[in-house]
Amino acid sequence: MARKAVMEKAVSTNLPFAYRHYDAGQLKEVLRKMYLIRRFEEGAEDCYMRGLIHGTMHLSIGQEASAMGICMPLAEDDQITSTHRGHGHCIAKGAEVGKMFAEFFGKTTGYCKGRGGSMHIADVAKGNLGANGIVAGGIPIAVGAALSAKRLKTGKVVVSFFGDGANNEGAFHEALNMASIWKLPVVFVCENNGYGMSTSTDRSTAVRNIADRAAAYAMPGIIVNGNIFSDVAEASHAAVERARAGEGPTLIESKTYRYRGHSKSDRNRYRTKEEIEDWMSNRDPIALFEAELKEFGIIDGEGIEAVREVVRQEIAEAIEFAKASPSPDIRDLQDYVYTELA
Amino acid sequence: MDAMLRELSYAQAIQEAMAIAMEADERVFLMGEDIGVYGGAFQVTGDLVERFGADRVMDTPISELGGAGVAVGAAMTGLRPIFEFQFSDFATLALEQIVNQAAKMRFMLGGEVSVPLVMRFPAGSGTGAAAQHSQSLEAWLGHVPGLKVIQPATPYDAKGMLLAAIADPDPVMIFEHKLLYKMKGPVPEGYYTVPIGKADIRREGRDLTVVATSIMVHKALEAAQALEAEGIDIEVVDLRTVRPMDKRTIIDSVKKTSRLLCVYEAVKTLGVGAEVSAMIAESEAFDFLDAPIVRLGGAETPIPYNPELEKATVPQVPDIVAAARDLVKGVR
Repeated sequence: MARKAVMEKAVSTNLPFAYRHYDAGQLKEVLRKMYLIRRFEEGAEDCYMRGLIHGTMHLSIGQEASAMGICMPLAEDDQITSTHRGHGHCIAKGAEVGKMFAEFFGKTTGYCKGRGGSMHIADVAKGNLGANGIVAGGIPIAVGAALSAKRLKTGKVVVSFFGDGANNEGAFHEALNMASIWKLPVVFVCENNGYGMSTSTDRSTAVRNIADRAAAYAMPGIIVNGNIFSDVAEASHAAVERARAGEGPTLIESKTYRYRGHSKSDRNRYRTKEEIEDWMSNRDPIALFEAELKEFGIIDGEGIEAVREVVRQEIAEAIEFAKASPSPDIRDLQDYVYTELA
Repeated sequence: MDAMLRELSYAQAIQEAMAIAMEADERVFLMGEDIGVYGGAFQVTGDLVERFGADRVMDTPISELGGAGVAVGAAMTGLRPIFEFQFSDFATLALEQIVNQAAKMRFMLGGEVSVPLVMRFPAGSGTGAAAQHSQSLEAWLGHVPGLKVIQPATPYDAKGMLLAAIADPDPVMIFEHKLLYKMKGPVPEGYYTVPIGKADIRREGRDLTVVATSIMVHKALEAAQALEAEGIDIEVVDLRTVRPMDKRTIIDSVKKTSRLLCVYEAVKTLGVGAEVSAMIAESEAFDFLDAPIVRLGGAETPIPYNPELEKATVPQVPDIVAAARDLVKGVR
């Protein structure tokens, strides 16, 4: 082997997973989508503050690397179930932000035609079977989707996103057990942001790591730093490959942090400003990813600025699309309760 | 043997419907606790596992919530599950998935998915199984838009309505009274459906309309025979479907007879009979009423263990006879 090739191999094997596995174009696209998630949520928050969006919403700002890293190995027809904090999952799985904003505005052009809102955002065509307003509600549904994949031999893998709060629901335990005994192609992803609403995992959960629960269901339990894109992607690739090979489920615990409160009613009394600021200034997933991209020569400051500008425009257009879209007709109130028979 | 004269039990009729559906459609499969080699707590699935294998007659762990959720997810993604609850009471463990997920999924997602799911609930008292294995919870689920809730009363309807439920694109909840499982009746061979949402007039009469559900249909018919000897001619309407309710058939019957008695096993307060009564009070049939509407329902108590107490908890034939007689004679 030529000396140069040996050197290159040595260098490349020392690189983190994502920089060995993805090309520069893919990595730049990851950055764009992480920005898209963040700016989407900032835009949604702004619209909410200005009274353009009603109800409530649960923002995942600070968790972007987790959503993107997990979705990287998924094919378009692979499926996910998501949570009340699901905007990032939706975008990471390929949703259009215009249709998402339209849903938040309650418009007919929204993903759920204005019937679901933030908490039920879905994009079935892209494999997102829906966010869910019930903690742990989507976990058994993901197992059911994985049962379909196995029975119908579609080769699909299903990812079930949930938060740390869900790990103390019975549905979590029942679903993991069934996925394991039936060896179903499903990946359980616990995005542990430290708090179930106001209750910290220390106070709510008997085990130190939620991934420790995996042992009870005879599946691998993997802990990753959820703010480092490459680490999340690496764990997801391994789990998705294992699922696709018919070897059964994996539980990934992606340790991360949400900057915003649980929902719009949160006064942030259960954590300190210092704690939040520490995460924002020292462990921000986008900042960490940008630093790596620069370090490995994939993008420079100017390139990053260009990505931000593209996203800024996309978000502005998406909000305009939502504003200009029609509201549902009140006469259509009963639509979609039952399947309309031809 | 004439196909129409063939008699099957209610349980056999359900089993036959499931077998026909599974034979015709690979996507149809059964899930539940001990429905495989055990054959189900009431032997409804019987030996189907030998015919279709453990993948399609699938024993679940004792995990009603998770199991129901798996069925919802499977139904959303291309399969057609039939989920058996061992006892309808155990629906309480799975209400989250039934009420929040199965019923609302299509609506919440703006029509982007359907949930073609069938859930079977062995229900009712009379088996000495006491308070946690004897309830009639159909009104609970009947309160939820997005669900269809049926209560077939005969083997013929059990097979035909189950086949209709399996073909239905939306979640259908079937409440099967446990005391009906052994009841025999004519059941045609092969595929046929009995429509969901259509009541059936089991006996025509001129003096009083009795709207009955499930096992109470048979008790009402028995009462009708006793009353006939007294010269009282009652019409017995088998509601068959709790949601969507067949208002037209009931309204037309009450307009004809001018009297209404509702008979159901579930606790009287806020039960199906309350809905039927209110519906008639709001309808054009109200002006035709010659007497107050009367409900005969279950006592305001959990189902007791003692057999005499248990019997006293739910309407019996003499109760129906007495209530009907009073109504027709103007005592009420």
